[in-house]
Amino acid sequence: MAESPQMASLSDVVGRHNSLDGGKPFIETRNLEFFYGETRALKSINLSFPESRVTALIGPSGCGKSTLLRVINRMYSLYPGQRATGEVLMGGENLIDAKVDPTELRARIGMVFQKPTPFPMSIQENITFGVRLHESLSRQAMDERVEWSLRKAALWDEVKDRLKSSALGLSGGQQQRLCIARTIAVKPQVLLFDEPTSALDPISTAKVEELIAELRADFTIVIVTHSMQQAARCSDQTAFMYLGEVIEVGPTAQIFTNPREQRTREYVTGRFG
Amino acid sequence: MTDSPAHTITSYDDDLEKLRNLITRMGRLCEAQIMGAVNALVHRDAVAALAVAAADHELDLLEAETEQFAIQTIALRAPVAVDLREIIAALKTSAILERIGDYAKNIAKRASVLGHGGTMEPMVIVPEMARMVAQMVASVIDAYIARDPILAQEVADRDQLVDDFYTSLFRLMLTFMMENPTRITASAHLLFIAKSLERIGDHATNIAELVIYSATGERMTERPKRDDTAFVSGANI
Repeated sequence: MAESPQMASLSDVVGRHNSLDGGKPFIETRNLEFFYGETRALKSINLSFPESRVTALIGPSGCGKSTLLRVINRMYSLYPGQRATGEVLMGGENLIDAKVDPTELRARIGMVFQKPTPFPMSIQENITFGVRLHESLSRQAMDERVEWSLRKAALWDEVKDRLKSSALGLSGGQQQRLCIARTIAVKPQVLLFDEPTSALDPISTAKVEELIAELRADFTIVIVTHSMQQAARCSDQTAFMYLGEVIEVGPTAQIFTNPREQRTREYVTGRFG
Repeated sequence: MTDSPAHTITSYDDDLEKLRNLITRMGRLCEAQIMGAVNALVHRDAVAALAVAAADHELDLLEAETEQFAIQTIALRAPVAVDLREIIAALKTSAILERIGDYAKNIAKRASVLGHGGTMEPMVIVPEMARMVAQMVASVIDAYIARDPILAQEVADRDQLVDDFYTSLFRLMLTFMMENPTRITASAHLLFIAKSLERIGDHATNIAELVIYSATGERMTERPKRDDTAFVSGANI
């Protein structure tokens, strides 16, 4: 008798982007609060970002999702009057503790921004610049690192013959992938994406999303996006934020088919006043 | 579940309303088709029976329109959560209603054949069974429009009565056929009519399950099947 087809679990059905199974917490926030001067922008955030999974942060403008990213890699410490309380734990270490060196931290937690920001240098130098800050590599090792990171960013085949050309001559989509290559060149453990495709056309967007799916195997990823469809396509876990609070967090398939909280439901279905 | 605020894009609400209207029209038409077919049977009216059979085409057209519009809405609106569930429910409900229409048409066709024969005692049960399933269809469409999972559950619960009706009619028909071998052809038709009504009850229950899923995101727990005729043998009538 032929074996009947088996449907093991929801994650088998929804595919590789929507599995939280077995993802151990890699970063955890505990009672995390953040202040711009007197304004409390994050209110008691308790979130877990699983290892080798993509977490999407969604919510209306001003809800605190970009602020949360900026707290995770201490970007805020560059600005006076901004402070965080609570804990951001990674491997038992509180990342917002003053003892943690922010420069060293940013090598472990890379960030890619909304607009591609290549340095006005050659493609190769864009990669080597950051690596030299943290490591001293031989010329051969550095060349290998450049190729490795450009291959990881799915850009190698497009630029391998013009590594010495200016990065500013690349298209917007290529520039953004170069920025991703530059970020992963220092071999971080975590990648933070702040609306990485909002300035890109649909084809470049698809390439970056595909890249995120591939990078997921090696990095813990957090992505802030205004595109609900992007969150649905790219992430395993989605957190909905509103007015500095996490309203709901769950597997992406659940958030987009059966959100538990009314405010999440209204936001994802476009009923948010 | 009707307390959801309006979409920011109001034409999205218009699209969902149009889908609801299509399902409502199909549901009301199904109800009329079931009662029309059974009335034709009761009154031995072959012309009315043929009219019911002909009207089935309208349900086919409405199903095609609903399917096309649901696909278009999915493509253009990229619905999620409660909206996605409602549109998928509309898509599946329209297919079920079309199937209910087919059963009504089948009843009508058999009614036009039975119109030539005399009356049969078990036939008196059939209109009552028909009223019951037509009412199930009416109620489940009401539940669909109101997105009311409680009413939908009530409809699903009523299916047990229809199954009980069918089981007793089945036994009655077997006895009747043994006692009246010359009426076996007509009896077989009547048995199929009863079976069609029983199946309509099942389909109304399937719609009730979709209403519950659409409104709550939860699936109804599996219900026991009460049509026991599969276990009836000549020895235990």
